[in-house]
Amino acid sequence: MKILVPVKRVVDYNVKVRVKPDNSGVDIANVKMSMNPFCEIAIEEAVRLREKGVATEVIAVSAGVLQCQETLRNAMAIGADRAILIETDVELQPLAVAKLLKAIVDKEQPRLVILGKQAIDDDANQTGQMLSALLGWGQATFASKVEVAGDTATVTREVDGGLETISLKLPAVITTDLRLNEPRYATLPNIMKAKKKQMDNFKPADLGVDVTPRLTTLKVEDPPKRQAGVKVADVAALIDKLKNEAKVI
Amino acid sequence: MPNLVIAEHDHGSLKSATLNVISAASAIGGDVHVLVAGVNASAAAAAAAQVAGVSKVLLADGPAHANLLTENAASQVVAVAGGYSHILAPATAYGKSVAPRVAALLDKAQISDIIKVIDADTFQRPIYAGNAYATVKSGDSVKVLTVRGTAFAAAAPSGGSAVVENVAVVADSGLSSFVSAEITKSERPELTAAKIIVSGGRGLGSGEKYRDVLTPLADKLNAAMGASRAAVDAGFVPNDYQVGQTGKIVAPDLYIAVGISGAIQHLAGMKDSKVIVAINKDPDAPIFSVADYGLVGDLFELVPQLAAAL
Repeated sequence: MKILVPVKRVVDYNVKVRVKPDNSGVDIANVKMSMNPFCEIAIEEAVRLREKGVATEVIAVSAGVLQCQETLRNAMAIGADRAILIETDVELQPLAVAKLLKAIVDKEQPRLVILGKQAIDDDANQTGQMLSALLGWGQATFASKVEVAGDTATVTREVDGGLETISLKLPAVITTDLRLNEPRYATLPNIMKAKKKQMDNFKPADLGVDVTPRLTTLKVEDPPKRQAGVKVADVAALIDKLKNEAKVI
Repeated sequence: MPNLVIAEHDHGSLKSATLNVISAASAIGGDVHVLVAGVNASAAAAAAAQVAGVSKVLLADGPAHANLLTENAASQVVAVAGGYSHILAPATAYGKSVAPRVAALLDKAQISDIIKVIDADTFQRPIYAGNAYATVKSGDSVKVLTVRGTAFAAAAPSGGSAVVENVAVVADSGLSSFVSAEITKSERPELTAAKIIVSGGRGLGSGEKYRDVLTPLADKLNAAMGASRAAVDAGFVPNDYQVGQTGKIVAPDLYIAVGISGAIQHLAGMKDSKVIVAINKDPDAPIFSVADYGLVGDLFELVPQLAAAL
């Protein structure tokens, strides 16, 4: 079976973003971009399923600007077999991405789509659930363990207060949580090999999808700054402050 | 048009996050209705009917909702969605799983994790792990929102007298089924609802030390226990302890960070706490830049001293 893994190009995890002076957004010019960490986990999981013989092919797909090619090459260096770029300069929102992905699913007919639970730029946490709804498939969000046998995926999910295990009828959508796996590093030979792997290119119009944004960002601003307080000398001073100044104990 | 709140509940009672969502719905304006989708859930529906500000409770009571599967929950919401201008859910594991599904089925955008209602179409939400706040306006006729509980005061659980109306229950989708759950049993308050949280980081060194050092302090304060992602990754505690961008967002009256350096992703989860105490041996740790009271030193000495002195 094929597994489709959507991946997103985002500002690197280690970059502290700055709000633009005109409050129109955050400044991402000349900032290091990388694959969203949760998407890396998704690729790793799909590659492991192929290595176990459960999957036959792993297809990475990304939607966005031309530079998403780099993210897709990275996905293929981790082990995806081929890639699809849906190229557009339009700001893509989760519903539009889900519709684009549905069009790719219709073409490729994967039995499983594995996505990151959220991207660390917009923190939306929507695309997997939306895709699953559009396809009429089952979903398992926040996966920390995935087992596929026959026509069923058994998925352990990170929920509030603990873990929940559900069984999904395939085809289905799974979104990854942090502890699902630790993605491997792409080795140099695999990075070289990834350069030769197939990458197809579509435009949203080729897929018949309207990606016009539904939401308008009016303003982006710095969050209220929290002032650093004081350092206290010892435990007694701390208790005094908590009791008499902050009055929280 | 009225607003619909998707209740999070355990059939017998409402989860506290539902009360914060009801407040957000009231802030938008218009009547507030609450949907309780469960099985033998009349007690949860009755609780919802008591909440101040709620004018109607829709109870979808049937076997399809026995395990709160998200596919069935989303179909149920869509089945009753006609006539609502806003559909709101808590930004919890449950709400985050259901709301985007509802939005896609209605062909509407979803806005995640709102922290402020500007007007009926415009909301503020954090992006980049809370390092920026975006104000977004929706052009859709129906707004599907998830609500960050810490940003809205809980609605009063009593004082309301809404009617409870039974609605037809959707059929089971057959797409997924419940297998098992391992819910951490604890006498402690729930992390997202606790007034005081004692949280530990990698500085504790091991899961054993995490327990030995922090438990007496948490017991004294009747506090919930949390952890940084580093402590979770190192295997000291399960993931449901995690406070941060990828874990739980908390805003207690008092947050005590022990052996936590203060990575951006952790600060994103706790910087709205009323009072923050940091105990760390590194005087330059970033956690001190957000802490009201910092104590520099060996946590293995200081924390037991603190517990003993309380």
